Amino acid sequence: MENLSAERNAFYQELSRKIKILILVISFFPFILTTGFLFYRFNLTYTEKIQAHVSELVQKHTQNIDTFLSEKLGNIRYLAYQLENSSTKSIELFLKTNLELLETEYPDSFTDIGIVDGNGIQIAYEGPFNLKNADYKNAEWFQNAIQKPFYISDVFAGLRGHPHFIIAVKVRIDGMEHILRATINFAGFNSMVENIQIGKTGIAYILNADGQLQTKADIRIDPTIIASLVDYKNPESRTIITEKQDPAGTRYLYAISTLKNIDWSVVFRQDVRDAFSELRKTQMLTLVLMMAGCIAVIAVAFTLPRYIIKLISSAETKSEAMNRQVIESGKLASIGELAAGIAHEINNPVAIMVEEAGWIEDLLEDEDLKETKNLVEFKRALKQINTQGKRCKEITHKLLSFARKTDSTINDVAVNDAIREMVSLTAQMARYNNVIIETKLEDNLPFVRISPSELQQVMLNLINNAIDAMEKTGGTLTIETRKSRIEQNHIAISIEDTGPGIPKENLDRIFNPFFTTKAVGKGTGLGLSICYGLVQKMGGKIEVSSQVGVGTQFRIFIPFQDSSNDTLTNEFNSIIV
Amino acid sequence: MKKIKLLLVDDEKAFLETITKRLEKRDLDVSTVYSGKEALAEIEKTKTLEVVVLDVKMPEMDGIQTLVELKRKAPLVEVIMLTGHATVETAIDGMKLGAFDYLMKPCDIDTLIGKVKGAAAKKREHEEKITEARIKEITERMA
Repeated sequence: MENLSAERNAFYQELSRKIKILILVISFFPFILTTGFLFYRFNLTYTEKIQAHVSELVQKHTQNIDTFLSEKLGNIRYLAYQLENSSTKSIELFLKTNLELLETEYPDSFTDIGIVDGNGIQIAYEGPFNLKNADYKNAEWFQNAIQKPFYISDVFAGLRGHPHFIIAVKVRIDGMEHILRATINFAGFNSMVENIQIGKTGIAYILNADGQLQTKADIRIDPTIIASLVDYKNPESRTIITEKQDPAGTRYLYAISTLKNIDWSVVFRQDVRDAFSELRKTQMLTLVLMMAGCIAVIAVAFTLPRYIIKLISSAETKSEAMNRQVIESGKLASIGELAAGIAHEINNPVAIMVEEAGWIEDLLEDEDLKETKNLVEFKRALKQINTQGKRCKEITHKLLSFARKTDSTINDVAVNDAIREMVSLTAQMARYNNVIIETKLEDNLPFVRISPSELQQVMLNLINNAIDAMEKTGGTLTIETRKSRIEQNHIAISIEDTGPGIPKENLDRIFNPFFTTKAVGKGTGLGLSICYGLVQKMGGKIEVSSQVGVGTQFRIFIPFQDSSNDTLTNEFNSIIV
Repeated sequence: MKKIKLLLVDDEKAFLETITKRLEKRDLDVSTVYSGKEALAEIEKTKTLEVVVLDVKMPEMDGIQTLVELKRKAPLVEVIMLTGHATVETAIDGMKLGAFDYLMKPCDIDTLIGKVKGAAAKKREHEEKITEARIKEITERMA
């Protein structure tokens, strides 16, 4: 047994291990593959989308700024054209009128307007500052503007002292080159750029060709970054997206777009963590879910085998138990067969012995041994042989009933018919013992599903017991059957005798095996315990009640199936009809 | 009463020998055979047989078979079954097939004689009734 369970345990371990590995491999492999793939693709796509989004945004704003600048330039060029082609007497009036018009049409765009001659002297000025006759000969913007048809300057402080930039257009007045210049309101311009905000850290600013800031920026921008960004400028005004890390270690997403009208770039910068915050959140969530999934899979991989093994093990145990049972009943059956053979084998020699002893007894009658002092002893000894022989017979007989599985084929039994049969069988013996058998059998009792030979055995035992009890005095044996009023769906069989009765102290024990009150050799004490067992097998019960001096009554209750019986009779009736 | 003519059928010779001696001492006319086949032959031969005591378990032709044949050949002859291997079923089957009674081996000699006497009485009673009926028939025909 030890070896068996050790072997089995090894088998279970192996099986458990295999299941674990199988679950882990089959779950993890596709799971991780899929998740990994999706993760990667999603990352890629989302990043692209964000970059595209930022890029478009920046581009849009750049176009806005471009449009603004074009517009303003256009305005001034138009004015210049007007100035050239109209015969205005007063330049100042011209300036004043047009500035007013410009301010009306484009609020917060133009600060002032003026005309500067070829030497850099502002000969006419209209605006909030006192800049008439200002000398711009050495100003950078002038030096640039005088060489080109039009020019937009970088942002500078200039003579007025705070940031602004100029749009300058060459104009011919009295045959001489002049410059019509207008100052653009920096605050208004700046706010246009400042308004490009995305997320929490995304801001935009403008750099000039040398990488100098043209707009206000709240945060500090590392000059080296800016310098490196300048390299990204290219003649086609395409938007460039890139990521760079500043010396502090923070990574930034940069979108750079060049303006068409002027050598400036719009630079948008956002903390990478901010730009991709949604993406990062999703990634984190996915990772967490994946971890949870993995843990779940591992948990299942470790608990499922245990559960399966438990099921298998219990099934195997049950099957083993059943096998053992089958073997046991097989053994019992062969013992039963053996017992049958042995009983016959024993009974024959015993019969011979008993007969021989009897013969000696007979001969003793003849012999003139009346004087032999041992005559009494002879007779006693021979009687003893006889008695013991009978005892052998009883024992083998009862042994057979016990060990043998009587023909237990279940049938639909009509109880009354079986009883009538038994009564006729025992009629002889009853008459012999002066016992009258009376029967009161109720009609139309339902069929019971039992083994007919088992019922026969029970009835026979009880009838024989009753007759034995009354053998000295004779009496009446009453057998009654009816549908029980006490037990639902049971048939009640009652066997009552008018014998001496059973004393109270024995009543509890009469169904015990080997309990008998009969003289040695007359009973084995197995009869009633066999009855008890058989009635139990039928699903019923057996009861005894007795009064000393009056009699004994045995009652048997056997269940019947109500509905099936009804259908049986119904089917039967319909066939007949 | 006339001596009862009894046939004992059993394959246990020793048993038959002893019981024959005892039965003869008790004033019965006993013949013995050791198999079913012999029993049937004996029935053919001896028409005066009244009772047969038949062992149930015998080699070749068993008790039940022999009983059926006996009843066919000589229906008035009563058969008492003797069973050593204690099957209630065989005994009941035997009764259903026409046996007079059954006994378990080893059996009490007095019980046996009691049953034999009973069987013989029944047989003689039947014979008488048949004879009476025949006489009645003849006399009626004549009248």
